[in-house]
Amino acid sequence: MDKKKHGAKTHHTTQKKRHAIQLVWALLTNSYLTGFLYGKIYTGKLKQLCVPGLNCYSCPGALGSCPIGALQAVLGSRNFKFSFYLAGFFLLIGALMGRFVCGFLCPFGLIQELLHKIPFFKKIRYVPGEKVLVKLKYLILLIFVILLPLYAVDILGQGSPWFCKLICPAGTLEGGLPLVFLNEALQNTIGFLYAWKNAILILTILASILIYRPFCKFICPLGAIYSFFNRVAIFRHRVDPKRCTECRLCAHICPMNVNPAKNPNSAECIRCGACIKACPAQALSHTFTKRTEISSHTTSSAPLPPSSNGY
Amino acid sequence: MNRLKEHRTALVLLAVSLVFLLTGTLLRGEHEVVLEKAIRICLECIGIG
Ligand code: SF4
Ligand code: SF4
Repeated sequence: MDKKKHGAKTHHTTQKKRHAIQLVWALLTNSYLTGFLYGKIYTGKLKQLCVPGLNCYSCPGALGSCPIGALQAVLGSRNFKFSFYLAGFFLLIGALMGRFVCGFLCPFGLIQELLHKIPFFKKIRYVPGEKVLVKLKYLILLIFVILLPLYAVDILGQGSPWFCKLICPAGTLEGGLPLVFLNEALQNTIGFLYAWKNAILILTILASILIYRPFCKFICPLGAIYSFFNRVAIFRHRVDPKRCTECRLCAHICPMNVNPAKNPNSAECIRCGACIKACPAQALSHTFTKRTEISSHTTSSAPLPPSSNGY
Repeated sequence: MNRLKEHRTALVLLAVSLVFLLTGTLLRGEHEVVLEKAIRICLECIGIG
């Protein structure tokens, strides 16, 4: 088997393993089956704990809380203007693994990846203005998750979860659709907002078929929070410049359009591991692997694969 | 020792995270606000509220 074919095969095997982990995690954390049967949600104590990924707490199967929903709930409540609980949670998960959560532990990330597997004659690898557009998620975090819940309050001093209300397609897909479908009382209350949120969901689905994880790249406030930690988390990537032959194979395969040889801990990296597997010189690794000495046979450069990044 | 140095910032952040988590839960009871919100169907999340 030649090197290129072998590379493609290992790449697909690692990504399959990652998808298996994503799927098991999504099922485990959304395993309240009664909810799906009767159009209800889980109401036990576990829900005071947050799951690391974006996972609507009004999903009938959800056993834990969505950290972005939880943050807006605390900031919007009359009694608090800062959330130590959520800040502590983000520091904990961020310092341990940063956006590894996005690559492995977020159901909405998995959904977008699966949608991207749907064949289409022309996939969009780079969105025009992508370098600027990726900053949009920070603005959404600041305005819809922090400032509006804090300051756009009613006469009782109570704020709304504006990101959930106006934007979040995960809430529509995981909570809105199944609950409204299973619950007649809710069906009678839907109106413009429901149509608006469904339009955003349809747009997200269509965009995900064309673009790899568009919501994660441009919109997700949770990905934005974890991205601050990629550089310092215990799990992070490293590049050995002595080994790197600058063949750019890693940049070519990266679905998030990162160049890991130059910036292994980019804020956009979701730790999918594709670049590490793809590197023929073994110049890329993560902090949970041991550094090994350079041996001459690992430093040869390999040809670039065909234009597709395999996603 | 090298490992500790390599992860110095993360370890400091982890220590701060524990202090914050304890403050948020034991002293301020923020987890109760989260529970209250999460055990009722969130009308905003599902596109009704
Ligand atoms: S960016 Fe958001 S939606 Fe995407 S995987 Fe990360 S937490 Fe999930
Ligand atoms: S830099 Fe590597 S691990 Fe990060 S998203 Fe790109 S291919 Fe995946």
